[in-house]
Amino acid sequence: MVEAKKKLIDGSGKRLDGRKWDDLRPISLQVGLMKNADGSAYIEWGKNKIMAAVYGPKEVHPKHQVLPDRALLRCRYHMAPFSVDERKNPAPSRREIEISKVIREALEPAVIVEDYPRTAIEVWVEVLQSDGGSRCAGITAASLALADAGINMRDMVVGCSCGIIEDTVVADLDDTEDKEGSGDMPVAIMPNLGQVTLLQVDGIYSREQFQKAFELAIEKGKQIYGMQRDALTMRFFGGEATSTQVEEVAE
Amino acid sequence: MPMIERKQVIPGDVIARGNHRYGAYVEKRGDEYIALRVGLAEVGRDGVKLNPLTGPYLPRAEDDVIGKVVDINGFGWVVDINSCFDGFLPASFVFGREFSPSTHDLSSKFRVGDMIGARIESFERSRDPQLSIRGEGYGKIESGEIVKISPTKVPRLIGRRGAMINLISEKTGCDVRVGQNGVVVVNGPPDGIVKTAKAVKMVEEEAHAADLMAKVEAYLGGSTSGGS
Repeated sequence: MVEAKKKLIDGSGKRLDGRKWDDLRPISLQVGLMKNADGSAYIEWGKNKIMAAVYGPKEVHPKHQVLPDRALLRCRYHMAPFSVDERKNPAPSRREIEISKVIREALEPAVIVEDYPRTAIEVWVEVLQSDGGSRCAGITAASLALADAGINMRDMVVGCSCGIIEDTVVADLDDTEDKEGSGDMPVAIMPNLGQVTLLQVDGIYSREQFQKAFELAIEKGKQIYGMQRDALTMRFFGGEATSTQVEEVAE
Repeated sequence: MPMIERKQVIPGDVIARGNHRYGAYVEKRGDEYIALRVGLAEVGRDGVKLNPLTGPYLPRAEDDVIGKVVDINGFGWVVDINSCFDGFLPASFVFGREFSPSTHDLSSKFRVGDMIGARIESFERSRDPQLSIRGEGYGKIESGEIVKISPTKVPRLIGRRGAMINLISEKTGCDVRVGQNGVVVVNGPPDGIVKTAKAVKMVEEEAHAADLMAKVEAYLGGSTSGGS
């Protein structure tokens, strides 16, 4: 079979879907859609459609897992059978188990688990339709769901991936670019604290490319953080002004 | 009255800098005061304060709560207080120091399923909150409709020196009892109960509105039932 490899970036610097090297796919965020969850968020990021729900803090079952001084943070990243072209077996795959773990580790530094001793906080990330960069989208939504649930957090967490296609560093890889490209780097950050909570890399990078991709991911992450703020403002303040004057309450 | 600024914050936001006192849901990092919840932050005479808009009920000593008895063991009652921690009401707090599991029948006082009004006696991180029914108004709640709201909206429902809750109960002719844990018990005429429940839900949904009092009054305005 002779098939020319698809050009991921054309001569004028446009990618397959028409984006420039540092453009994000369209993102929309909504908070608090699920009535039965303590907190929830929904994200559409390119073709990704992901629900995140938070339950808790609640009692820990089984009891032997109780931590006497802090909360147990549980995460489940799961892809719906219909989220990909070919039906996916709903049983958790090796990949999903790994992503559940890295999402938990990306969120844990932000959640003040010490404030909820002997309890469990459960985060469910359900991918309804999948595209590239779903772990970053999942983290972004999960952090919104945690904020919606009213769990004490040091900062929000926001994820964004960068990578290399055609030997060029680009932001926010989609599914094709992820598979055909030569490198993918998901990064999650706490924007106010300036800390990185997730950094995974595959592919081969030169020092300059690594530096560029890493900095680009952080820059784009901060941009998405702005969208997180808008989503929370929409949910809790009805999209009104950011500060109001009130009379001081005399106790 | 001096005007203070109320700022909408999300976790991680800097509320203020410098040297202030600060309350719950605020963390000090260097000279910055950081919000830990979504809410309205203000810097007033009490220092840096954050009123969260969402979150679970975490017990605090001295809180008045309304809960449901879910279990009885030899030493007291286990009470669901709408929190991740169950309240425990020791039998000796009810029967006195001479309580003994062999002579006293715990279910003669409260049975599983009963609603009780109680006070949080103590709560530490290492143990479940202890309840007490000593004092007036505590004990079994015999009648009423239960409305649950988010515990973070309770101060708004009570209002400044009880203004909001008094308004609702006056306009509907109902007796309204609010637990700090977000459980509300309403007693009164049936149509009054319906109105009260709706007004309470309205306060919960529009807790961020500046003119909430007026809105609630407008909603209840047409009511002629009761009044005190």
